[in-house]
Amino acid sequence: MDISFLLNGETRRVTLTDPTQTVLDWLREDGLTGTKEGCNEGDCGACTVIVTEASGTVKPLNACILFMGQMDGRALRTVEGIAAPDGQLHPVQQAMVDEHGSQCGFCTPGFVASMAAGHLLGATDYDDRLAGNLCRCTGYAPIIRAAKAAAQKPVPAHMDDRAALPATSAAPTPMRPTDLDKFADWYAQNPDAQLIAGATDVGLWVTKQMRTLDQVVFLNGLQALSRTELRDDALHIGAGVTIASLRDVIAPYHPSLSELLRRFASEQIRQAATIGGNIANGSPIGDGAPALIALGARLTLRHGAQRRVIALEDFFHAYGKQDRNPGEFVETLSVPIHAPGLRCYKLSKRFDQDISALCGCFNFDVQAGQIRSARVAFGGMAGIPARARGFEAALTGQPLTAKTILAALPALAQDYTPLDDMRASAAYRTKAAQGLARRYIADLLGQPVSVLEIQP
Amino acid sequence: MSIGKPLPHESARLHVTGQARYVDDLPEPKGCLHLAFGLSSEAHAQIKHLDLEPVRACPDVVAVLTYADIPGHNDASCNPTFVEPVLAEGTVHYVGHPIFLVVARSHQAARRAARAANVTYDTLPAVLTVEQALAADSHHQGGPVIWENGDSQAALAQATHVAEGEIEIGGQEHFYLEGQAAMAEPQDQGMIIRCSSQHPSEIQHKVAEALGLHMHDIRVEMRRMGGGFGGKESQGNHLAIACAVAARLTGRACKMRYDRDDDMVITGKRHDFKILYRIGADADGRVLGAQFTHLARCGWALDLSPPVCDRAMLHADSAYLFPTMRIQSHRLRTNTVSNTAYRGFGGPQGMLGCEAAMEHLAFVMGLDPLELRKRNFYADMMPEGASAPDDGEAVLSPEDISGKMKAAPQATHYGQPVEDFILNGLVARLETRADVVARRAAVAAWNASHDVVKRGIAISPVKFGISFTLSHLNQAGALVHIYQDGTVQINHGGTEMGQGLHLKCCQVAASVFGLAARDIRITATDTSKVPNTSATAASSGADLNGMAVKAACDTLRDRISGHIATLANCAVSEVVFVGGSVHAGSSRWTFAEAALLAYQARISLSATGFYATPKIAWDTAVGRGRPFFYFAYGAAVTEVAIDTLTGENRILRTDILHDAGTSLNPAIDIGQIEGGYVQGAGWLTTEELVWDTDGVLRTHAPSTYKIPACSDRPAVFNVTLWDQPNREDTIYRSKAVGEPPFMLAISAFLALQNACAACGPGYPALRAPATPEAILAAVSRACGANA
Repeated sequence: MDISFLLNGETRRVTLTDPTQTVLDWLREDGLTGTKEGCNEGDCGACTVIVTEASGTVKPLNACILFMGQMDGRALRTVEGIAAPDGQLHPVQQAMVDEHGSQCGFCTPGFVASMAAGHLLGATDYDDRLAGNLCRCTGYAPIIRAAKAAAQKPVPAHMDDRAALPATSAAPTPMRPTDLDKFADWYAQNPDAQLIAGATDVGLWVTKQMRTLDQVVFLNGLQALSRTELRDDALHIGAGVTIASLRDVIAPYHPSLSELLRRFASEQIRQAATIGGNIANGSPIGDGAPALIALGARLTLRHGAQRRVIALEDFFHAYGKQDRNPGEFVETLSVPIHAPGLRCYKLSKRFDQDISALCGCFNFDVQAGQIRSARVAFGGMAGIPARARGFEAALTGQPLTAKTILAALPALAQDYTPLDDMRASAAYRTKAAQGLARRYIADLLGQPVSVLEIQP
Repeated sequence: MSIGKPLPHESARLHVTGQARYVDDLPEPKGCLHLAFGLSSEAHAQIKHLDLEPVRACPDVVAVLTYADIPGHNDASCNPTFVEPVLAEGTVHYVGHPIFLVVARSHQAARRAARAANVTYDTLPAVLTVEQALAADSHHQGGPVIWENGDSQAALAQATHVAEGEIEIGGQEHFYLEGQAAMAEPQDQGMIIRCSSQHPSEIQHKVAEALGLHMHDIRVEMRRMGGGFGGKESQGNHLAIACAVAARLTGRACKMRYDRDDDMVITGKRHDFKILYRIGADADGRVLGAQFTHLARCGWALDLSPPVCDRAMLHADSAYLFPTMRIQSHRLRTNTVSNTAYRGFGGPQGMLGCEAAMEHLAFVMGLDPLELRKRNFYADMMPEGASAPDDGEAVLSPEDISGKMKAAPQATHYGQPVEDFILNGLVARLETRADVVARRAAVAAWNASHDVVKRGIAISPVKFGISFTLSHLNQAGALVHIYQDGTVQINHGGTEMGQGLHLKCCQVAASVFGLAARDIRITATDTSKVPNTSATAASSGADLNGMAVKAACDTLRDRISGHIATLANCAVSEVVFVGGSVHAGSSRWTFAEAALLAYQARISLSATGFYATPKIAWDTAVGRGRPFFYFAYGAAVTEVAIDTLTGENRILRTDILHDAGTSLNPAIDIGQIEGGYVQGAGWLTTEELVWDTDGVLRTHAPSTYKIPACSDRPAVFNVTLWDQPNREDTIYRSKAVGEPPFMLAISAFLALQNACAACGPGYPALRAPATPEAILAAVSRACGANA
């Protein structure tokens, strides 16, 4: 596979023998050892690099689970390319020195990359931007002081890679399709190919399971999959829309889901991972599905020219088993825009960049104090994300009161048989799920329910 | 003078530009090979059959080695009384125990091949928990170790109030961002090792033994670590030995770095403890006696467990004068990873056990826990003529504690006089600064009017003993050169892991020579420059090496002074080094001119320096003596919020007042305090190590093991230095600061328990780490369920 990309301002043309070689390994073998391997699974951010898309979008990504095959036509900026060519430090670098933001220094290149990307974008939500960068030494306080100190400084001219983006290396190939119809036909004929969108999951198959992927298809050239359309009171979201974009798109309609997506993995992951990938791989603990099921989202699956539409909850059959035929792919997700009662709650050991122990999403339609209908879905409570059917039934038609919820809790306990694992015990999951149901009613009644809202 | 300035880390510019090189960043020698261990899947088993042919058949594999291929000792142990095979010899003792070594042409090829072996086992009974170990009498070195001070049994019989209970205290993964790494390069004779280690001399020693060579054949060079925290004190031995053995056998350079999952599975962690306590006080809340039983899960090998468990015992008094005390310490041998040094080295566990007991006693008495703590603090012992630092507030506000001062001499349960105690005044100052009285009232008011979210607030003290408890380790050396161009290069036995040791040593040298810290070049720690070094551990790096550097610099300065005094025809005492110049009477030279003059006068411009800590004397067997040169102090107040429906929790605000003596570098010291607190808070909240019933670590990656992230730091985080000189004669009267602040995070744990206690009448008995699940269980206990 031949690719062209911009590396710290210079065009590189590379013939890849292994398109799933990670960008991190390639960089370090190329002598750019500033970018570090901390975990090799996208959880620590030591390998963060800045990528500029062909569209001009700038994003920090984890190089350890980014494949070289995804780099065609993009620009890549590593820590070595953040200071100006004359050696003048970037404002975030200078601030990190001045504010004592580095101690052992190993996480620092990744922090600098994330901070420089945020600085370029004018972002000031520092805790969210840096949730995917772990530091074990500083306790983060000086790093945030540095980010704030640099915020008002101008973006150095050399940081803009948009003008110099190279053309993609070659004509479209099956490995890197650009036409959705042609891809659909090809995939129907080649159902064993491994589709790769953001590679935030497939990346770990390579780096941790040491798997060799024979036939891979990189979907990031399929612009038709990255579109979103508002039609008939629903958002129709392409499977290739990243979690970061989804959060922006959904925020005006569903602030609670937007807040859940704020805590979905980290900025680096949200900028890579797609909602289609999140659903298609069928994780029982992925945070997208429970919320979307509670919203009544529908899924369009495509095989060649044929499409079918199903309720999202029907896509998940059992752990690791989804309603997806060979050669069929997730094309579109349709999400109703009206759901004022939607609340999404995620419980994890750590607030940011953690996987849910359980994620509970509640969506009541309340009219004149009566619960007309209830859609409640949980992740982490079963082998698949699933609705709490018994709980919903016990609530429907009842008055919206704390008493109603309490009376229905035994039904909720009956709805799931959760697992014991390293994230939480089954007993905790059952009890906390009931706690979330009680939180929901307190939330609807306007009480403070989240420790994140408490001010010191 | 350079000392006391808040200068940035000496490598800061290299860090932010990606130019700071770690072991894996060094250019590889031609033909460098890469290594990976093949690991045991069983917790305890005899290897029945080891089929390595599939490993050898993997692409790019050069060799596959077992213990039989090690020319010298197959032993990575840092403890001479225990043999810890680098590669298992027939029996595996934990899941992750290295069995064989793959030598391959790439890191990935080695990793892939390491999974290809066919190993069959005859499983043996595995001891996984402290309860199982206790039942099986599975102790290291026999046991338990018992220290007794006075008749605690009689004292408890007389007590008006007694609290009895236990606390589970989880372990902690170091999660240094740079995993373990080493590279060996064969030389004409012996080997050069470049590694990420807090203890280069130990690497040198163990590599020499493994190769059947001597220490003078091995040179270890260590420029910097990407974090250590104790995890690179002994745990790097295995990689260095593996690299050296493979390099010896292949004649090629060999490099090994653990993949993160392997690192977390193979290497030791902070010891998890269960601590049983019984504590009693008189009607006024003066503790009469305390009894503790420490159940420490040491894992399969001895490693540093004895001194870790000793230090837990040494800190079982936290900051309180207990007239009688009995501590039983069980060092339990289990079929789990061999636990090791981790910042605080058992001290945090011992202190938390004591603070949990104090909290429980206060609950039993219906007394404010802070009041109970104050009634039992050691008495403040200010140096002659000194007082608490004056920052405009009334000294010792808000209340005069002088009436509570206990009569000296006061001594710990192991007989060390406490001569430098300051916590009465320090805590009083912190209470004022952090507005504690009003905030406690606000917390109570909030809790009275809110059911779902409760708040909690707590103060906890730190008194941490400074010195290696193995007394002979309290020594350090330095080597300082002045070149004829007037530039200075220093080297010492300490290692840089981010803590700013090298910068502090540069500041020391700069101060002696009247130069700026940036004028001093410091080079990689190197066993061929300074021999017989101790680990950079026990917070002692700057205390020991700073003094050694100063001694070497003083020697050189005196030599130059003598020559300059002759030239200037003045007394040596009149020669002054300041501002880059050497002044003598009315004459003045630049430092470079003075150095050149000394060189031309054939005066040696190279000197060694040496330091040995005075005053210490310790008998570990009976637990009596003076193990510590001095104590470092601090206190923190933390406020938290918990969700009583789910156990979600968050630190809202933390205020810290910490004693770093006269700070060598306040920016570095505050960095240690902020970082130590957050790391400690991680240990006590989000960081949970989970093993399954087969002894498999389920949390072996950052996806499942959660160290604090950015937003987990306190939303309001005020850190202040106490800023008074050490009463002991340490380097510029500073105090060690690496470990003590870690234990300030106990205040976060106590605040969480305080919030749980607001839910009902029961004692919450929170366990550590206080995950949402643990908090929800504690809320239930407070509410009366299973109380």
